[in-house]
Amino acid sequence: MTLPTVDFLLVSALLFAIGAVGVLVRKNPLIMFMAIELMWNAVNLSLVAFARQFGAVSGHIFVFVVVVAAAAEVAIGLIIIVLVFRHRDRPDVDTLNAMKG
Amino acid sequence: MANLIAVLAAVLCLFMGVVVVSAKNPMHGVIALVANFVGLGVLFLLLHAEFLAVIEVIVYAGAVMVLFLFVVALLMAGTRSPQEARSKTLPGQVALAIAVVGVFAALVVFALAVHTVLAAPPPPTTSFGSISNFGTALFTTYLLPFELTALVLLAAVIGVVFLARER
Amino acid sequence: MGLAIGIDVGKALVVIIFLQAAFGYLTLIERKLLGRFQLRPGPNRVGPFGLLQPLADGVKLLFKEEIIPAGVDRFVFLVAPMLSLLGALMAFAVIPFGAPVQIFGRTVPLQVAGPSLSLLYVFAVASLGVYGIVLGGWSSQNKYGLLGGLRSSAQIISYELAMGLSVIGVLLAAGSANLNQIVSAQTREWFVFPQIVGFIVYFICAIAETNRAPFDLPEAEQELVAGYHTEYTGMKFAMFFMAEYINMITVSALATTLFLGGWHGPAFLPSYLWFLIKVAIFLFVFVWLRATLPRLRYDRLMAFGWKILLPVALLNAIGTAAWVALVHP
Repeated sequence: MTLPTVDFLLVSALLFAIGAVGVLVRKNPLIMFMAIELMWNAVNLSLVAFARQFGAVSGHIFVFVVVVAAAAEVAIGLIIIVLVFRHRDRPDVDTLNAMKG
Repeated sequence: MANLIAVLAAVLCLFMGVVVVSAKNPMHGVIALVANFVGLGVLFLLLHAEFLAVIEVIVYAGAVMVLFLFVVALLMAGTRSPQEARSKTLPGQVALAIAVVGVFAALVVFALAVHTVLAAPPPPTTSFGSISNFGTALFTTYLLPFELTALVLLAAVIGVVFLARER
Repeated sequence: MGLAIGIDVGKALVVIIFLQAAFGYLTLIERKLLGRFQLRPGPNRVGPFGLLQPLADGVKLLFKEEIIPAGVDRFVFLVAPMLSLLGALMAFAVIPFGAPVQIFGRTVPLQVAGPSLSLLYVFAVASLGVYGIVLGGWSSQNKYGLLGGLRSSAQIISYELAMGLSVIGVLLAAGSANLNQIVSAQTREWFVFPQIVGFIVYFICAIAETNRAPFDLPEAEQELVAGYHTEYTGMKFAMFFMAEYINMITVSALATTLFLGGWHGPAFLPSYLWFLIKVAIFLFVFVWLRATLPRLRYDRLMAFGWKILLPVALLNAIGTAAWVALVHP
């Protein structure tokens, strides 16, 4: 017997919502970034669930591309966070209110 | 058995997700996120995506989160992670978040209420999700996206080296 | 069903207990050998030939005072050594350490579990082992600990790349990511001969991954006191110690499986003894290198990994792929 796809989609939706709340409410850029990763992976879960539902390997390829894109995004994002907050006393995105570094 | 494991993994994922977004100390967030990825890996396994499950753990938990760990340890060294103040530039931030999530939840409930029940999928063939099946698809039908991901990674490498160079 | 689960649990227990015992005696053998290399007898007071030394060490560590420094993140501080040990023990689960045997009339493979992607599983679990070290170093609230932890994370993720690329040759030659099939692909010829480049790169990376001399930068005592485990005492320190030695055993066992034909050997000895002998040779080389080579400088270590090992491993993978595609049907 196989597990129903809908249950996995529900978990995926909940994870996505948790991640969205994190991005909207938190102000520590590192936590916000982690919440974004959470949302990426919620989407991955639903893609994998749909891939099994329809027996389509394209869903798996999609997840692979998402993982690669997320790895690139994390590398770039983290270096920006490091450069921006190297000389500030606390990491808080609200202190970023000027266009000059 | 599979049911029990699926429920446990899902609960682990959701709980760790909540820990991530509510963590005072980003380091705790990193640990919770790693646990979340391991739980997701288990769910992927149950969905017959074994290669992706391993990729999820190796790439996300093993490489991406180590990068996070590195930056958190460097940036937070010495800071006492103060309580986050209410936002001054975005008043009503929390209310806004609750509203957005409420709409989203309503959407999900609505979708679940009206959805036509997906027939339980047939048990996939044994090769589905295996490394050879995945590789064949990746290097034939989806060759162009694969090459483009390589380009994305190259762009990221150049970007990071450019940003991190000593001035 | 019940018997099958019983056998699985039994195998897991046997492997865990064996690894703990092997850890204890590995420390003794290492000290003995180091002693010989330095023209001194090594530990020889506790029991005949010092054979009870590991027991004495264990008792000592058990009764040491557990010190938790003021101001540390208690949860992370306590979890870090457990994570380290867990990663080390879990990686061994998929390694086949002998030919299948008959127990109660059923064929039992001599490995705890055999998933189809067992080689990738080892890498996945090994990549989680780094968390114990980094978190331990970070949570100690000690600058030496932090520096040791950060160094080790940079070192491990750098060398993991070359290590992964170096085994791709084996993967291509065997046509499978399952360790059992890789072993059975070596019935006639061990992969160490066609894959000699991959083997050398793998072994160098294995030394770096386990933080052993000459790549023991994370715990370089002259600069970092003891690196990530500076603030750890008693059993928590012992867990880090155990993780390091069990990791040594695991990478040696993996090297045996991938390159030295696993448990294959002439029939006059049982297969698991052949496996043990091959692993023991690797462990001896580990100690030999520690006694012989001075530690690398940190920038040299990174340059070596990225500028030499990674390109060599990449060329090896490409060369093997070309060979498999063109020569091999």
